[in-house]
Amino acid sequence: MIPEIGHFALILALCLALCQGILPLVGAHRDDAAMMSIARSAAAGQFLFVSISFGCLIWAFIHDDFSVLYVANHSQLSLPGIYKVSATWSAHEGSLLMWIFILAAWTMAVARFSSDLPMKLLARVIGVLGLLSVGFLLFALLTSNPFERLVPAAIDGADLNPLLQDPGLAIHPPLLYVGYVGFSVAFAFAIAAMISGELDRQWARWTRPWTIVAWLFLTMGIALGSWWAYYELGWGGWWFWDAVENASFMPWLVGTALIHSLAVTERRGLFKSWTLLLAISVFSLSLLGTFLVRSGIIVSVHAFATDPTRGFFILAFLSIVIIGALVLYAWRAPALDSDVGFGLFSRETFLLLNNVLLVVAATLVLLGTLAPLIVEMLNGDKISIGPPWFEVAFLVPMIPLIFLMGLGMHTAWRQQSTTPIIKLLRIPAIGAVVVGIVLPLLFYGRVGLMLAVGCIAAVWIVATSLLQPWRSWRRKEGEAGITRSALGMSIAHLGMGLFVIGVTVVSAFGVESDRAMREGEIIELAGMQFEMREFREVKGPNYDAIEGVVEIRKDGKYLATVRPQKRQYLVQTSLMTEAGIHPSWNKDLFVALGEDLGGGAWSVRIQYKPMIRFIWIGAFVMALGGLVAVTDRRYRRKDVTP
Amino acid sequence: MKPRQQRMLAVGLAALGIAIAASLTLRAFKDNMMFFIDISVVVAGDHPTERTFRIGGLVVDGSVERREGSLEMSFRVTDLKCELGVRYTGVLPDLFREGQGVVAHGSMADDGVFVADKILAKHDENYMAPEVAASLAKHVEDQTASLQDGAAECGSI
Repeated sequence: MIPEIGHFALILALCLALCQGILPLVGAHRDDAAMMSIARSAAAGQFLFVSISFGCLIWAFIHDDFSVLYVANHSQLSLPGIYKVSATWSAHEGSLLMWIFILAAWTMAVARFSSDLPMKLLARVIGVLGLLSVGFLLFALLTSNPFERLVPAAIDGADLNPLLQDPGLAIHPPLLYVGYVGFSVAFAFAIAAMISGELDRQWARWTRPWTIVAWLFLTMGIALGSWWAYYELGWGGWWFWDAVENASFMPWLVGTALIHSLAVTERRGLFKSWTLLLAISVFSLSLLGTFLVRSGIIVSVHAFATDPTRGFFILAFLSIVIIGALVLYAWRAPALDSDVGFGLFSRETFLLLNNVLLVVAATLVLLGTLAPLIVEMLNGDKISIGPPWFEVAFLVPMIPLIFLMGLGMHTAWRQQSTTPIIKLLRIPAIGAVVVGIVLPLLFYGRVGLMLAVGCIAAVWIVATSLLQPWRSWRRKEGEAGITRSALGMSIAHLGMGLFVIGVTVVSAFGVESDRAMREGEIIELAGMQFEMREFREVKGPNYDAIEGVVEIRKDGKYLATVRPQKRQYLVQTSLMTEAGIHPSWNKDLFVALGEDLGGGAWSVRIQYKPMIRFIWIGAFVMALGGLVAVTDRRYRRKDVTP
Repeated sequence: MKPRQQRMLAVGLAALGIAIAASLTLRAFKDNMMFFIDISVVVAGDHPTERTFRIGGLVVDGSVERREGSLEMSFRVTDLKCELGVRYTGVLPDLFREGQGVVAHGSMADDGVFVADKILAKHDENYMAPEVAASLAKHVEDQTASLQDGAAECGSI
C-alpha cells in the first residue's frame, strides 16, 4: 500500500509540476497576475507530493519491504539501520527520486525567500524550475520507477554494495546533489532574464547567493567523495580523474567562474551575457554529469547499471535544455550588454582572467573525459586517457590562476594605480618566495622546481588572503571593517591556499610501498617502523573479517596502532578492504591488507601521506567562505518572517 | 577601457588560452592515450611494442598461480577465443577472481607474457567494463559460427 501511495504521489507531483511549469510562464507573458500567483502554491504542492513519495520509499527501506524490486535489490534484513536509509539513494531509481526531491526543495526555498523579487521574475524563475521538474519526473515515471513491485516478494534482499556501507557515502550523494541541482536556480534566473530581456545589477544580487550556496554544497560533496575514495576504495589516492569525478568537477570549475563573474555583474553591471552563458553552462554540465553516470556510456567506478532507454531519455532532455537555452541566448543576450568601461589594471581584468582560466581548465577536463567517446566514434579505437595527462593539462591554467588570485584580491574596481599595490603586496610576495623554499627544506629536507612553485603559490595565497581580514582587525576606531562578503572571499581563498599546500606536499613527499608481511615482520618506511603484530579474526554485524594489527614506531618510540581489515560480506559474498589509518593534522599513516599470499604472509600496502588532510580541510574552508559571503548584509532580506 | 576594447581583450585572452590549451592537449594526448587491444589481436602479435596498452577479458579458471608468500603472481586471461598469460607483482583488487572480468594495464615482455603494472577488476557484481563486454561478445558469436564450420581457431583473425 505505502509504495503505491508513493507512486501515486509522484504522479500528482508531475501534474502540479506541469501547472508550475506552464501557467506562471504564460501568466508572465500575458501580464496576468492571477496566473503568475499560481507559481508559489504549485511549487509548494509539488514539494509536498514529492516529499511524500520520497518518504514512502524511505519507509519501504526501513520496513524491509522486499516486495518492492528496488528495495529487494539494494537492502537486506541485517543491514544496519542507518544504511537502510542511505540505501534509498544508493542506486539509480532512488537517487533520481532524491534528485527530484532536492529540486523541489530548492524551488520551495526560492519561492519562500524571494518575496522582494518582482512578481514577473519570480513567476518565470519558478516556471522554469517547474519545467525542469517535469523533465525529471517524467524520467522517473517512464523509465525508472522506484516503486515497481516484485512478485512474488523476496524473503531477503540482495544487500547494499559493501562499498556503500559507510557514513561518508551516506551523506556524499545528498550534498553533491544539493550542489548540482542548486545550479538549476542560477539557470532558471538566467532563462528568466533572457525571456524578459531585463538584466540589471539587482538581478545579479538576487542570483548570486543562490549560486554561492549551490557551489558550497558541491564543494563539500566533492571533498567528501574524495575523502571516501581515499579510505574506502582502498588504495590511498584522493583523486583519480575518473570520468564521473570529472563530471562533478566540471560544474564546480564553471560554477566557481560563475560566482566571480556574477560579482562583476553585481558590482559593475558588466559581463552580463558572459554570466548568462556561464549559468547555462554550469547547469548543462551538471546534466551532462547525470548523463555520464546513468547511461553507462563511460567506463567508471560510479557507472550505474546500463540501460539504453535511460541514456536516451537523459540525452534527449540534455539536448532540449542546452539547445533551447543556447537558442534563447543567441537571440536575447546581445541586447543585454552594457556600455561601461574599465581600466586594464583593475579588478575587472583579474576576474576576467579568472574566468578565462577556469573555463579553459573545465574545457580541458571535458576534453579528456569525452576523448575516449570521440575517438571510438571516429575510428573505433578504444582508448583511455590516463591521470598523468590530466595532471599536466590541469596545472597549465591553474598555476597562473593561483598566482593572479593573490593580486586580483587587492586590486580596485575600475582602475588600480600601481604604486600602492606594490607597497601593499611587496612583503607577502617576498615572504612567499622565502617561506615557500625554506619550509620544505626545513621540514622535509628537499626542494625541487614543482615543489617550490606549489609551496610559494600556497604561501602567497594564504598571506594575501589574510591581509584584508588582518588589516580590518587592526583598524583604528571609526574606520569601516571588512564586509561579510569580502571576509567570505578571503576565507574561501585561504581554503584554496590550504588545499594547494596539501596537494603539493603529498605529491612530493608521499611514500607508498607494496610488501608481503608475516606476523612479527617489521617494515621501514619514511623513517618509521611498521610491525605486523598479529592477524586475527573479527566478526561484524554482516561480515567476517581478518584484521592485521600493525604497530607503528618512530626511532623505537610508540606512535600508533592501526587495524586494517579484509572483510567478507556474508550476503553478497564480496570482499572489502578497510584500511587502517592513523590520521593527524600533518600526516596520515595508512595500512591496507591485500590478500593472503600463503605461508602466513599477506600482501600489504603501507603509505605515508604528509599534509593530506589539508586537501579536504582546504575544501571545507572554501565552503565556509561561501557560507560567510552569503550572510552579507546586502543579501539579507528585511521582510523574511518565520 | 572602452567596451569594444574590453571585448577585444576578452576575445584575445580566450583565444590565447584556448590555443595554448589545445596545443598542449594534442601534444600530451598522443603520449597518454592508452589503447585497449583484444587478446586475440595481442596473441596474433599485432600490438604496440613501444608503449603500454590495456587488455581485458575473463580470468581463466584455475590459472592463478603465486609463489607462496610473495607478491609475484601470474594468471591467464581469455577473450573466449585466445588466452594470454599475465604476470603481475603487487596488491590485487578485491574483486579480482577466477572466472570474472578483469582489465590490465601494461606491456608485452619478450617471452610472450603480458606484464601488468596495474590490474583493475569491476567494482560491483553487475558491472563489467564495456570494452571487455564488447570483446567477449564478439567472440561468443565467432564460437557459435565455428561450431558449424570448425574454423576460427586462435591465431586466425
